[in-house]
Amino acid sequence: MITTIIYTIVCLVVLGLLFSVVLYLVAQKFKVEEDPRIDIVESLLPGANCGGCGLAGCRAFAEAVVNATSLGSLSCPVGGDVVMENVAAALGQEAVKTEPKVAVIKCHGTLDNRARINHFDGYASCKVMSTLYSGDTGCRYGCLGKGDCVEACKFDAIRIDERRGIVEVDEEKCVACGACVRACPKSIIELRPKGPKNRRVYVSCSSKDKGAIARKACSVSCIGCGKCVKVCPFDAITIENNLAYIDPSKCKLCRKCVDECPTKAIWAVNFPIMVPVTPKQEEPVTKTDNREEKI
Amino acid sequence: MKRTFSIGGIHPNESKLSREAHIEIFPVLDVAYISMAQHLGAPAEPVVQKGDKVKVGQVIGKPAGFISAFVHSSVSGTVKSVEPKGDLAANPVMHVVINVEGDDWCEEIDRSKDIIKEIPFSSEEILEKIKSAGVVGLGGAAFPTHVKLNPPKDKKAEYLILNGTECEPYITSDDRIMRERPDEIVIGAAIMMKALKVDKCYIGIEENKPEAIASMTEAASPYPGIKVAVLKKKYPQGGEKQLIDALIGRKVPSLALPIEVGAVVQNVGTSLAVYEAVQKNKPLIDNVITVTGSCVPHQRNFLVRVGTPFSKMLDAIGGLPKDAAKFISGGPMMGKAVANMDASTLKATSAFLLLTETETKRKEESNCIRCGKCIDACPMGLEPYLLNKLSRIGGMHDELEKEKIQDCIECGCCLYSCPAHIPLLDIIRVSKAEVMNIMRNRSAKQ
Amino acid sequence: MARLLVSGAPHLHLKENTQSLMRDVLIALAPSLLVSIYFFGFSAIKLVLTGVISCVLVEYLIQKFIMKTKVTVNDLSATVTGCLLALNLPPSSPWWLVLIGAIVAIGIVKMTFGGLGQNIFNPALVGRVFLLISFPTLMTDWSIPESWFRTGIDAFTGATPLAITKEGLAAGLTLPEIFAANEFSFKEMIFVKIGGSVGEVSALALILGFVYLLIRRVIRPHIPLVIVGTIALMTWIFNMINPDIYTGPLFNIFTGGVLLGAIFMATDYVTSPMSVKGMVIYAFGIGVITVLIRYFGAYPEGVSFAILIMNMAVPLLNKYCKPKRYAKEVKHG
Repeated sequence: MITTIIYTIVCLVVLGLLFSVVLYLVAQKFKVEEDPRIDIVESLLPGANCGGCGLAGCRAFAEAVVNATSLGSLSCPVGGDVVMENVAAALGQEAVKTEPKVAVIKCHGTLDNRARINHFDGYASCKVMSTLYSGDTGCRYGCLGKGDCVEACKFDAIRIDERRGIVEVDEEKCVACGACVRACPKSIIELRPKGPKNRRVYVSCSSKDKGAIARKACSVSCIGCGKCVKVCPFDAITIENNLAYIDPSKCKLCRKCVDECPTKAIWAVNFPIMVPVTPKQEEPVTKTDNREEKI
Repeated sequence: MKRTFSIGGIHPNESKLSREAHIEIFPVLDVAYISMAQHLGAPAEPVVQKGDKVKVGQVIGKPAGFISAFVHSSVSGTVKSVEPKGDLAANPVMHVVINVEGDDWCEEIDRSKDIIKEIPFSSEEILEKIKSAGVVGLGGAAFPTHVKLNPPKDKKAEYLILNGTECEPYITSDDRIMRERPDEIVIGAAIMMKALKVDKCYIGIEENKPEAIASMTEAASPYPGIKVAVLKKKYPQGGEKQLIDALIGRKVPSLALPIEVGAVVQNVGTSLAVYEAVQKNKPLIDNVITVTGSCVPHQRNFLVRVGTPFSKMLDAIGGLPKDAAKFISGGPMMGKAVANMDASTLKATSAFLLLTETETKRKEESNCIRCGKCIDACPMGLEPYLLNKLSRIGGMHDELEKEKIQDCIECGCCLYSCPAHIPLLDIIRVSKAEVMNIMRNRSAKQ
Repeated sequence: MARLLVSGAPHLHLKENTQSLMRDVLIALAPSLLVSIYFFGFSAIKLVLTGVISCVLVEYLIQKFIMKTKVTVNDLSATVTGCLLALNLPPSSPWWLVLIGAIVAIGIVKMTFGGLGQNIFNPALVGRVFLLISFPTLMTDWSIPESWFRTGIDAFTGATPLAITKEGLAAGLTLPEIFAANEFSFKEMIFVKIGGSVGEVSALALILGFVYLLIRRVIRPHIPLVIVGTIALMTWIFNMINPDIYTGPLFNIFTGGVLLGAIFMATDYVTSPMSVKGMVIYAFGIGVITVLIRYFGAYPEGVSFAILIMNMAVPLLNKYCKPKRYAKEVKHG
């Protein structure tokens, strides 16, 4: 009886040792030579593997950074400047300062602003809906509200607001990786700089329809009237295809265009001061954290 | 023994509520909105402008490419405008809008009811006449007929197949024209056989149309090469691949056209249009549209001029019924749900179907129970549950191609049969387009 | 006027749904349930009720409080599992045995894999096998409890014919001797058999259920027919070779859980292959393994294990046994 136990133990120990030697030798023989700095850089990265840098995951980014002569165009949007500084320090290179960006939904066609003229009964996906027809409102460019962007976001930074019928970005969580921009079949999401004190001004409309059609479909659409272009002291606004666009690099956040816009299609985010408005129109300005509309 | 296709298929209720409604001429319009995009391929280019006077049958749009077709005015009057207007999906498409004045037809059109049997034209002349008449496939896809009847030099046609199956529930327009105008359809078939230089023709009709079978058999009796074949009632018997399988036992290879197996398939309505074009010089300016549905008070089969507004058609049946929840252009299995009520009829519009909420509202989706009913139903032998699963994962285009998603004919049998009410075809349709795009780009690079 | 609906085609749908399919399975099980209630009386009612209630309860609790997803107990799939679990157990099983079986079947086999449609193994069968391995004496106690329905049949602690046969063979007896000693009657086995689990008692009732399922197009006949056919063929061959130790086809088809397994367990949608070719291979495998376990294995009854073993092969069968495609590859040129 005791000999059986001894034999068993001895056999197992010998087998164990044999296998570990074999495994070690194989690991050494088939080892891939890699620059040890890749591991170091990878450990500094957030590890989200979101693809926001344009590469296939954090490991690929680490490899690209180690093999690059300068950090130049390589930047991790999730980690931001903090992470890039650490990476630069680890590699003995200069960190490039980038502007933090945030995803911006260029549509404010809520259930109140934009009447729903039919009811979509198919599979609830913006991609399916947009390939089928022009949507359940009179505006064929606007947000469809089925949440393809929500599904694409790995950071839980975007959600469907059922009450309003469009999607909303949580700017605290958004890391500007660009997944939602790629997922949106209507291309209404843009990555814009967060701005000083997180303030930014943008045209919240994507409609290329002529003014009359756009206005009929949605009360806060851009009608391409051009008043904003005229009033902007910095030439930051251009109109193309009946749609105004504010260039973020030129915009100085003076908000003259916000007042001027007859349909209130231009939104100013995170400004604390109340802008005087005529009684008929809605206030587009918000308090610091919330973006609640005053109805 | 009634023939049928060998794989898959479903048996929905035929619901041919309007089968006894004789074809009525739709009342005269006030304004006609004629779309330039009435066919597969490039939309026609308008050749008229505001203020021009037009007659019935006059060319108002010319082909804009190899796969394109002429568009003719279906009314006489003055052109009000040439501008983009919404189609039934509310996408802007160029339209010619005409204020109707009287009903003057172009002189060359023979409006008599005489049936002309002789075909004195050569096959080239026939093709030219079909092309100038703007005839397109009236089976739904609206492929320009003169292109289909002129296969590339290296492909030889053996059979002309006429699709008289009308396998979708509710639609009866083909049934009615086969019963009321069988001689003209058969002469149209003879014309197309001459154009294709074939001597064999099968007219496939489903068994639920005994009167049409009788009238077409009688009309075809003088023609030894034209045979009427009775087919089992099964959807999608009218799908061209399934029809070819049932009638001549050949299977069209993946991504190939029927001409690959020597067959050219045309709808019986197209055959009638060919007869009118070649024998009567009449361009395609009207077609039979079934207006039906359980909530429609009177079932009708109307002969409608192209460009009739949907709203006018609804007025003719007393307005949109109160309990109508979905307004479909076409049949319930492959037709399009109308999102824009200001759209107007096209050459290939075959039916207006009004369904109630109980008949059509989708139920909530639940888990796939892997019952395999979608596989049993799929006439192309695909596995819709797997195509759906791979599509939802995302990025699996190679696997989808291996699973032959490109062979899907979008018939809807899978979605119809799924007990878990999974919107299979909605998802497969989008993935199929993506995969075919990838395949096209890949072959373009080579 | 309410807004019109818009969706992609098709715009019609079959009235059938998951719940109606499950309901048909329950109706198909009804004859067997009724026979077993007649036969085993209150115990059968108790078993089935406990089975159904515990399965439904486990699914409800897990979905609502642990997974926090939509509760789907009204699709009746848990009810069907509960019935099948109960029918696989000996008539005198205590209620807590059923509850443990339900927790294993629904909680471990179904829910941990993701719920309906995601499991690899048949839940009711794993439940039964788990109980068999954990509580062997209880699970092989085939004593027949009192029933106020039936009269004139002596109650006795009957082992199943399979168990008797196995023991007898192990003891060195030949089949003719065993059969003579125990007065096995084929008529009894087909119509009303004594000695067996709640669901085995009447082959006729099970076959009635099979016919109902076929008419209602809930299942296709391939799996049950191939299982029974394979078992019949294999046992017939072995029986020809040596009738003293190998039992014959009729004996094997009508004893044990062959009919119950072939008609109700192997045809479970989730755990069976999707294509006809795959189904045939699957059923053939089940037949072969069942016979091998019965003849050469330690257990007298092998259907449950056979089905579970073939469940493992199903993903592979789905991968390599595709349905017949319409279109062949396109010819280039």
